[in-house]
Amino acid sequence: MRALVGVKRVIDYAVKVRVKGDGSGVETAGVKMSMNPFCEIAVEEAVRLKEKGILKEIIAVSIGPAQAQETIRTALAMGADRGMHVKHDDILQPLAVAKLLKAVAEKEKPDMILLGKQAIDDDCNQTGQMLASLMGWPQATFASKVDVEGSNLTVVREIDGGLETIGMKLPAVITTDLRLNEPRYATLPNIMKAKKKKIDATDPAELGVDVSSKLQTVKVVEPPTRQAGGVVGSVQELMAKLKEKSLI
Amino acid sequence: MQGLVRAVRRFGCSNFQRRFASTLVIAEHDNSALNAITRSAVTAASKLGGDVDLLVAGNNCDKVVEEAAKISGVKRVLKASAPHLERRLAEELEALILHAQNSNKYTHIMGASSACTKSVLPRVAAKLDVNQISEVIAIESEDTFVRPIYAGNALATVKSSDAVKVMTTRATSFDKAEMNGSASVEEISSAAVGASEWKSEELSKSDRPELTAANVIVAGGRGLKSSENFQMLYKFADKLGAAVGASRAAVDAGYMPNDAQIGQTGKVVAPDLYFAIGISGFTGAIQHLAGMKDSKTIVAINKDPDAPIFQVSDIGLVDDLFNVVPTMTEEIKK
Repeated sequence: MRALVGVKRVIDYAVKVRVKGDGSGVETAGVKMSMNPFCEIAVEEAVRLKEKGILKEIIAVSIGPAQAQETIRTALAMGADRGMHVKHDDILQPLAVAKLLKAVAEKEKPDMILLGKQAIDDDCNQTGQMLASLMGWPQATFASKVDVEGSNLTVVREIDGGLETIGMKLPAVITTDLRLNEPRYATLPNIMKAKKKKIDATDPAELGVDVSSKLQTVKVVEPPTRQAGGVVGSVQELMAKLKEKSLI
Repeated sequence: MQGLVRAVRRFGCSNFQRRFASTLVIAEHDNSALNAITRSAVTAASKLGGDVDLLVAGNNCDKVVEEAAKISGVKRVLKASAPHLERRLAEELEALILHAQNSNKYTHIMGASSACTKSVLPRVAAKLDVNQISEVIAIESEDTFVRPIYAGNALATVKSSDAVKVMTTRATSFDKAEMNGSASVEEISSAAVGASEWKSEELSKSDRPELTAANVIVAGGRGLKSSENFQMLYKFADKLGAAVGASRAAVDAGYMPNDAQIGQTGKVVAPDLYFAIGISGFTGAIQHLAGMKDSKTIVAINKDPDAPIFQVSDIGLVDDLFNVVPTMTEEIKK
């Protein structure tokens, strides 16, 4: 079986982002970028399925500017077999990304597509669901456990009140939640090996996908800040304050 | 006037159609009770200024339909009750919503953000070839919305010229609609898709209020050191009628189940009173704050005076939580 894994390059999760003064977005120049944490989990899951002998090949695909190649290299160093870079310099909405991934999937004919549940920059949580819908495939979102037996996929999902187990036939789209696995670190030998792995390049025009969007960002602003309220000296003082505010 | 609007809509005069919004809201429920976040979504929908229909999809969900019809601002409740809808699987709901959309040509389709709406609405949007707008926190007009990005560290105002606006709204950003309406009920149905199958569930059982609906939340972090020590928080929470939540660190350490996680990728809460106990904010600070910083009053209890959590708390107490929590619990008894 073959899997397609989508990976996104985003501002590192530990960075406190800064909103640009002109309100056009957040500052990305000179900011540390990394693979979206949920995408790392998707790559790790695919590699584990390969180690179990379920997957034969893992194709890591990323859509973005030239630097997205680094993100693909990271996936290759973690154990993906080859990469696909869809070159595009502007920010894309999930709908356009889903259409591009569909075009890639139609070429590569994967049995499953693994994506993170959300990117930590746009926080959309849409791409996997849109892709499944466009492909006419079932979906297993927010996966915290994945079992594959033949063409049967069983997934434990994280839902609001706890966990839910669903089953479906492959091909399907799986989106990963935090608790699915602990992604491995790429070792130096694997990073060296990854340099020899192939990354094909394409672009939206070549894939025949219109990526124009009817959703425009008007402005981006800082959220209102909270004022630190100071500290009290004792439990009694704390309780008195809460009583005074009639909170307890 | 209503008749005119309908007639205009029926004959597809696009200029008029654009002016009169009509919204489909997806109800959140468990087949026996309506989840209150549905009422926040109805409030959001009412801001769009058109008719609001509420879709209750489930199985044997008459009680939910009854409740749904009482939500102020809802014109019609669309009831879809069938075995294949019982578990609200994304593929089944998608087909049903698309069917409702075909019949009624809504300008907006939305639901309060939940595991269910997050799963199904992007599918619907893709089929309609429109973008989805996630976690809307403010509605400026029928096509302009505000949503948080980067874990709430920036707010983006977006304008959609898509034919249909599909969106999820953040429940904590809209008040719950009153319950003195009287909507009509109409039955709809769609054929089973059968793309996926529900097998089982494992729900965290609790007598305490639900996290996203609680007025008071007691949240614990890695500072609690064990799941046993969370019992101490439960005792305190029970005194307050509070829900109990956790930081990602506490969940990762196995002290609390996943569905108790508050943060960017967990639950977003905004209670009147939030106790952050043993949550330093050193690790995952941005992510945890994303889930709780709209709480009205934040109390932080931590033994480290330099803990970043004190930068957002209204009242801080620098002390050992193992002394503080039992004392607070005692104090409330009095």
